[in-house]
Amino acid sequence: MRVAPSGGSMGDVTAPAPLEIEKTESAEEVFAVPEPDVPWVTIVHNDPVNLMSYVTYVFQTYFGYSKDKATKLMMDVHHKGRAVVSSGTREEMERDVQAMHGYGLWATLQQDRK
Amino acid sequence: MPGHFEPLPGGGAAVALDEVEISIIRSLAVQLLELIGPGPAENASADPLAELFAEGPSEPPSDPVLKRLFPDAYSGPGVEADTPEQAEEQRAHSAEFRRFTENDLRAGKRENALAVIRSLDALTPGGDGGAVLELTADQSEQWLRALNDLRLAIGSRLDVVDEEDTDLLYRLPDEDPRKPMVMAYLWLGGLQETLVATLMP
Repeated sequence: MRVAPSGGSMGDVTAPAPLEIEKTESAEEVFAVPEPDVPWVTIVHNDPVNLMSYVTYVFQTYFGYSKDKATKLMMDVHHKGRAVVSSGTREEMERDVQAMHGYGLWATLQQDRK
Repeated sequence: MPGHFEPLPGGGAAVALDEVEISIIRSLAVQLLELIGPGPAENASADPLAELFAEGPSEPPSDPVLKRLFPDAYSGPGVEADTPEQAEEQRAHSAEFRRFTENDLRAGKRENALAVIRSLDALTPGGDGGAVLELTADQSEQWLRALNDLRLAIGSRLDVVDEEDTDLLYRLPDEDPRKPMVMAYLWLGGLQETLVATLMP
């Protein structure tokens, strides 16, 4: 598969439009974020089972990314072992990770340590 | 063409399946359902709200397939903790995430596997036992996710942990006991690949 040139870089990965937040308030109180200004990121890890076309499809349909951007992220996952696919608040990233697990992609979230 | 999904005019996809293929997919989907297990309401009271408020587990599943289907959210390769305190925090966050999400995730995967079984059971096989399966766009999405879960499950059972493992599978001798499962794994990959092609935006 050939990598198409992409206009987007990791820095301008945007979170999808907010949906309903499913988590309860208490979860927030228990795990207060120490540095609220540092954004969280969703990371997708490489997996030898998931098809490259399927991973690209998921990035396009769930995040609404262009085919070029979705393909670039998929290739990053494939070659570098992982890629940051979205960034935002911790709640948004938990929602993204849950969605990725629903698709069968291996995803984690963490606070961005750039 | 057998083993290949093709797009239907107006949306959806179709594939011709023979009797054996129908029975293999159905049997694998049933096994996946059994592995995922029933929802919390099925062994609780008749209270419809019970399931809504039931908390999921906080520990990762011990079965490697379930562990792959429901991975930890706060730790993974390249996300290793620097200190024991950090590791404990990651573990606690993963447990919390699991309590709030795993029931829903299990329900979603159950629904997708059930959708596969229902659409196969609705087929009217011809004289040779085969049939053409026609899926709506929504059903295609459910099949796509179910096929992926089935491949994750089989891949996990076959110990596919890196790309080289997949290459080895292609070269297994015929007498290898894993051969039938490998054939199913590769065949499902072809089905999924052609199904995703019909859905590509």
